[in-house]
Amino acid sequence: MSSLWFAIVAVMFVIYAVLDGFDLGVGIVYLLAGRTDAERRTLLGSIGPVWDGNEVWLIAGGGTLFFAFPAAYASGFSGFYLPLMMVLWLLILRGTAVEFRNHIVSPVWTPFWDVVFAGASGLLALFFGAALGNVLRGVPIDVDGNFFLPLWTNFRPGPNPGILDWFTITIGITSVAVLAMHGALWATVRSAGNLQERARGLASWSWLATAILSVTLLLVVPLVLPHFGRRYAARPWGLVFPTLAVVSLVSIKISSRATRDSTAFLCSCAYIVFMLAAAAFGHYPYLLPAIGDSQVSLTIFDASTSSSGLSIALSWFIPGTILVLAYFIFAYRRLLSRTDTAAN
Amino acid sequence: MDGLTVDRIHFAFTITFHYLFPQLTMGLSLLIVILKTIALRTGDPHYNEAARFWARIFGINFVVGVVTGIPMEFQFGTNWSAFSKATGGVIGQPLAMEGMFSFFLESTFLGALLFGERQLGPRLHWLSAFLVFLGSWISGFFIIATNAWMQHPVGYARNADGSFSLVSLWALLTNRWAVWEYLHNMTAAVVTGSTVMAAMGAFYLLTRQFENFGRTFVRLGVVLGLVASALMIFPTGDRQGYNVTLYQPVTLAAMEGLFEKERGAPLAIIGQPDVEARRLDNPIIVPNMLSFLTHRRWKAEVLGLLDFPQDQWPDNVALLYYSYHIMVGLGTIFVATFALAGLLMYLGRLYQTPLMLWALMLLAPFPYIATTAGWMTAELGRQPWLVYGLMRTAAGGSPRVSAGSGLFTLLGFTGLYAVLSVLFLFLIYLEVQRGPGATEHLSAGTVSTQAN
Repeated sequence: MSSLWFAIVAVMFVIYAVLDGFDLGVGIVYLLAGRTDAERRTLLGSIGPVWDGNEVWLIAGGGTLFFAFPAAYASGFSGFYLPLMMVLWLLILRGTAVEFRNHIVSPVWTPFWDVVFAGASGLLALFFGAALGNVLRGVPIDVDGNFFLPLWTNFRPGPNPGILDWFTITIGITSVAVLAMHGALWATVRSAGNLQERARGLASWSWLATAILSVTLLLVVPLVLPHFGRRYAARPWGLVFPTLAVVSLVSIKISSRATRDSTAFLCSCAYIVFMLAAAAFGHYPYLLPAIGDSQVSLTIFDASTSSSGLSIALSWFIPGTILVLAYFIFAYRRLLSRTDTAAN
Repeated sequence: MDGLTVDRIHFAFTITFHYLFPQLTMGLSLLIVILKTIALRTGDPHYNEAARFWARIFGINFVVGVVTGIPMEFQFGTNWSAFSKATGGVIGQPLAMEGMFSFFLESTFLGALLFGERQLGPRLHWLSAFLVFLGSWISGFFIIATNAWMQHPVGYARNADGSFSLVSLWALLTNRWAVWEYLHNMTAAVVTGSTVMAAMGAFYLLTRQFENFGRTFVRLGVVLGLVASALMIFPTGDRQGYNVTLYQPVTLAAMEGLFEKERGAPLAIIGQPDVEARRLDNPIIVPNMLSFLTHRRWKAEVLGLLDFPQDQWPDNVALLYYSYHIMVGLGTIFVATFALAGLLMYLGRLYQTPLMLWALMLLAPFPYIATTAGWMTAELGRQPWLVYGLMRTAAGGSPRVSAGSGLFTLLGFTGLYAVLSVLFLFLIYLEVQRGPGATEHLSAGTVSTQAN
C-alpha cells in the first residue's frame, strides 16, 4: 500500500512537472520570444485558461504527500523552510502577474508585470530543480526525523550540505533548460509567424543545453547518489527509464527538424516523464535519505500513515482522478482551442 | 517574541488576509448563479450584463484568493511540522480532497465563466457559473471539515507513537461540528456577497450612474442578505453555539465572560472582562438569557471559567470575549439593516430613501469584520489546544525552525500582502468606475482580449 501511494505521489508531481512545466517554460522564454505586446498576449493566451489548473497539481500532490506520508511532509517542509517560502512568494508574484497584466494598458504597468512573470517563472524552475536535487541527495536528519538546511554552506554535497551546492544547482539549471525547451515547444505549437520562428529558435538552443546537461547528470548521478547505484544494480530493468529519456530527447530534435511541432512537444513531455521516472525509480523506497546516519533516513515504510487510512483514501482518490481527467479534457479541448481560433 | 508566538501570528495573519477573498467569492458565486438563472429564464440581457460585471469582480478576488491560498497548505508543514506529523494521516485527507474535488473544478470552469461566454452558449455558460459555485462551496466544506476535526475530533485512532490515523472518513465528513460550522460559515459568506452587492448598488444609485443596474444590485443584495443574515443567527449560529456549550464548555464561559457558575445566567451585551480580578466590568446584561440560549431553560446552570483548571482556559480570554461580541453585535445589525431595507423595498420607497442607501453602502466592510471576528472566536476558543483535548498548540510547532526564520517570512508576507492589497483595491476601483454595461473592456484577465 505504501508503494502504491509512493507511485501515486510521484505520478502527481510528474504530471505537475509536465503541465505546469510548459507554462513555466513559456514564462522563461517569454521576454525573448515575445517582442511586441500582441505577441506577448498570444503567449499569455496560450496558457491563460489552463495555468491555474496546472498549478493545482502541485497543491493536490502536496496534499497527497501530506496525508499519505505525514512524517516526510512534516520533516521536508519544515527543513526546507526558507526556500519553500521563497517558492510561495514567487508563485504569488507569478500568478498576480499573469492575471493582472492585461487589466491596464500602460507603458509602466505592462512591462513591469512582463518582467515579474518571466523572472518568477525562471526562478521557480531553478528552485524546483534544486528542490529535487536536495530530496535526491538527502539531508542531515536528526533522531526525531527533523532537519533545517541553510541556503548554502560550502557548495559541496558532502556531510555539511546547504540547499545550494554544485549538484543541486546543476539540477536547477537543467530544470531551467528543460522547461525553457518545453515552453518554447508549446509556444511553437500555439503561435504563427515571427513569434513561432523565434520560439522554434529558442527551443533549438534550449534543446542543446538540455542535452549537454542531461548527459552530464546521467554521468554524475551514480557518483553523488550511491543509493541510485545500488538500486539500479539490483533491478537493472529500471535502466529502461533513462534509456527512454534519451530516446525521447533525440526524438524531440528529429521532430523539430521535420517541423512536426506537436510531436516535438509530446516527445518533450515524454522526456520529462522518463527523466523523473528514472529519478523516482532510483530513489525508491526513500523519501528523504539521511546524510551521515542512514538509520534515520525516511523511507515510505516509516513515513506513511496507517494502511487503513491509505485504503480509505483510495476510495475517493480513484473517482476524483476520473473527474479531474474529464475537466482537463474539457479545458484543453473546449477552452484552449476555441480561444485560439477566436484569436486567429 | 518566542517561536510559538511568531508561528501563531504567521498563520493568523496569512489566513485572515486570505479569507477576505474566498468569503466574497463563495457568496458572490451564488449571486452570479442567480443572475445567470434569471437571464436564462427571462432572456433579459440586463441580467447577463450584471452577471458579467460581477464575474469581473469575482475574477480579481479569485486571483488574490488563489495566490494567498497556496501558502496555507504549505504552512502546515513549514511552521507546524509536529502537528502535521501527528495529524497528517487524518486532516491531510480532507485537504487533499479539496484539491481533487474543488480546485480542479473551480480553475477549469472559472476560465469558462470568464472567457467562454461566446463559445459555450447560454446554457453551458450557466453551467460553468454553477460549477464554479459548486466548486467553491465544496472547497469550503473540506476546509471546515478539517477545522471541525481540530475543534471536535472524531473518526480517528491513536497510534503507538501518539500520532493519529483515520478510521472513518464518513465520521469525519459528517462530524456534527462540521455540519453546523459549515452552514454558519456559508451563510456568512452569502451575507458578505449580498452586502457588497447591495452596497455597490447603493453607491451607483447615490452617485447617479448605472442606476438601472444599481436597482438590480440593491434588490438582489437586500433580499438575499436578509435571508442569509437571519439564517446566520438561527438556526446555524444557535446550533453552533450549542455545540460549543456541549463540547467546549470552558470556551463558552470565556466567550460570555462568565467567571462564576450561575443558575439563570445572564447574557452580557457589553462589558470588559477583567481576568485578573475574575469579573466583568461595567456589564449591561439580559437576566437569565444565557441559560435560555444554551440550555433552553431560564434557570439552567451554566458553568463559569472558575469551574475549570486554569491550564485549560483559552489563553486570551479578553480577545476571545471581544471577538465573539463583535461578531454577534454585527450579526444583529445586519438583520436589522436588511429588514428595514426590505420593508422599504416592499413599500416601494427604498430607491428614494437616500438615508437607507447610505446605510447599505456603509455596511460593506462590516461583514468582513464580523467574519474575521467569528473565526477568531473559533480559533481563540479552541486554545490552548490544536486538537481539542488531545494536542496542545505549544506542542505543534516545527522544532528546527527558529523564531528568527519565522519572523523573516512573516515580514516577507506582510510586505507582499500590503502590495497585493494596494493592487487589489486599485483594480477593483477601476472596475467600479468602468461599471456594468461596458462590453468593450480589457479587464477579464489574460485571454479576454483574445476571446473578444
